[in-house]
Amino acid sequence: MRFGVGERVLIAARAHEGHHRTPGYLKGKVGTIEHAHGAFTNPETRAYGTDGLPEQPLYLVGFLQREVWPEYRGRADDRIYADLFEHWLAKAR
Amino acid sequence: MSEHDHDHPHAPIADGDEPATAARARALAELLIFKGVVRREDVRQMIDWLVSRTAADGARLVARAWVDPEFKQRLLADARAAALELGLDPGPSPVVMAVENTQAVHHMVVCTLCSCYPRALLGPPPDWYKSLPYRSRAVSDPRGVLTEFGVELDGDVELRVLDSTADIRYLVIPLRPPGSEEMTEQLLAALVTRDAMIGVAQPVAPTPASVQ
Repeated sequence: MRFGVGERVLIAARAHEGHHRTPGYLKGKVGTIEHAHGAFTNPETRAYGTDGLPEQPLYLVGFLQREVWPEYRGRADDRIYADLFEHWLAKAR
Repeated sequence: MSEHDHDHPHAPIADGDEPATAARARALAELLIFKGVVRREDVRQMIDWLVSRTAADGARLVARAWVDPEFKQRLLADARAAALELGLDPGPSPVVMAVENTQAVHHMVVCTLCSCYPRALLGPPPDWYKSLPYRSRAVSDPRGVLTEFGVELDGDVELRVLDSTADIRYLVIPLRPPGSEEMTEQLLAALVTRDAMIGVAQPVAPTPASVQ
């Protein structure tokens, strides 16, 4: 696992042809690693008849709602979390 | 299906009263069976298993966690193992993660990309959970969604939305309601609803009739 709990990560903003599990609303956003789940088969290849190997590290990443939705109406510390694969993450400055 | 002109054998794909999505699902199942990816018996067994599941199993986990702090720690550490400990079927998902609501934090669960859901412990997901309005608004306006479900969070409660985007299934341990202190584990389980374990409702409030 390349990232540790508490590290800030930037979610890749790239487009992806075909099945993938990185929601568009988080692409290009910066979040914090909350938990390292371990490694799981890659849905981007498994969706097309392969075994999805090698397994890819998966993390629970938390984002401040106000950084995801500029017009968010709730509290400043409300958060949104998603499970994201390591190859979508880069160390944030 | 008037353009249905290939020559493999199967039952009629659609009947007149069937919604288009049901016809599509049935066509997909027939194709997977024809190609040998799954057997008809596998499909039937999976449907049997799915409809046999109810939120009662999730409620048993929550009620035990409410009365047994050490069990709650085990549930938070590994919900699959905790379910097995009570003799429950945690299902095929590799990881089930329980998250705990407190006086300071409220969790709610969504799957924006499809309909990921801890089916083994909660049963089949409700239609609204799979609907586009819930899936989009639960992440962008979760407090508005909670208000529509009748949940008014105190102003000092932090809201955490979990989007189930991959292999992990999330189960909310709701806040134990006031007035339930004397209730047995079995009676407590009756207060724990499916919606409370998705995080869009609070548990049922105890009444004089429900505490004994």
